[in-house]
Amino acid sequence: MDDYKGKTLSWRLSDGVVELALDRPPANEIGLAMLEDLEAFASSLPTLELNASALILYSRQKAGFSAGADLRELFEQAQKLDASSAAIGVRAFLERIHAVLNRLDTSPLTTIAAVQGVCFGGGFELALVCDLIIADKMARFCFPELRLGLIPGFGGIPRLKRDIGNAVVRDLLLTGRSINATKALSAGLVSQVAAEREALRLARATAAQTTKFDQTTAAAAKRFIKPLPAEELRREIDIFCELFTRPTVMEGLRKFVENAGPHPYLP
Amino acid sequence: MKTLEQTTDEILNLAATHFKFPRAELQPADDFYKKLGIDSLQALELLTRLENHFGVELPDYEVQGISDFHTLAERIQARL
Repeated sequence: MDDYKGKTLSWRLSDGVVELALDRPPANEIGLAMLEDLEAFASSLPTLELNASALILYSRQKAGFSAGADLRELFEQAQKLDASSAAIGVRAFLERIHAVLNRLDTSPLTTIAAVQGVCFGGGFELALVCDLIIADKMARFCFPELRLGLIPGFGGIPRLKRDIGNAVVRDLLLTGRSINATKALSAGLVSQVAAEREALRLARATAAQTTKFDQTTAAAAKRFIKPLPAEELRREIDIFCELFTRPTVMEGLRKFVENAGPHPYLP
Repeated sequence: MKTLEQTTDEILNLAATHFKFPRAELQPADDFYKKLGIDSLQALELLTRLENHFGVELPDYEVQGISDFHTLAERIQARL
């Protein structure tokens, strides 16, 4: 399908560029509904790739690119199950999301994440599958998972390690702090910083550039320079699932979900 | 180098402009969450604007537990 509108996102192919718009209020939290829509997109990719050179991921939500995994849904689902069943359910979800993100990661298209606002946790991991991140100056990047007694589970650590220096990876992971676009640019995470609300415009200009190139050559170059860290990605799922069964995680999720104050996204 | 009073004043000006709040009604001791009616995502937005304005990095764990403009100004001042 060249055009599609799902519950949480939509996509269209035009002039050799696919644009995937995330659109789940309030902040594109990634739960089952978005996973299903992303799976539908991944299924359509082989056809889209025949007629495109680039893919742009962006958000229609003002809050930002994505605030990450739907922690409320995760908590509610886990609450209904015993620890063992919850762990099985979490692993099944992770394997599905990994399959989708791996497919996006290895697409022959030049992939660009146009980021504004929050790009946290699973949302950050979605941006990291892309070849380029173009962020506006209000973007913030964060791996807050340690606050919940977890590590990133959607492939963030292997992909971040692939892209930037280990010291910055340790800083982000072990402090759980968020960094702005300027810092992300200096760390090599972001390739361009745009004025406020201009990231998509810059992403479109960059995507248009890619349409000038021979796609077989571009795809070969991408395969050569961007290996999929498959073994580390599988290991990350194992570590996440080992950590998930601990009571401290459910307590962390409960605190986040029950936080009626203004502070849930701060450490 | 800016004084703490200058830094505080700039923060209040920036907050008033961005959140469309009357500048004259903002005081250094105000709780910015309650006064501006903002949540944590908006607080992060304010943090980003302050970082961009002052050219500093302010880890969000330094903002933890802070809710007044004056203390926020002290955190920024320590990085100028």
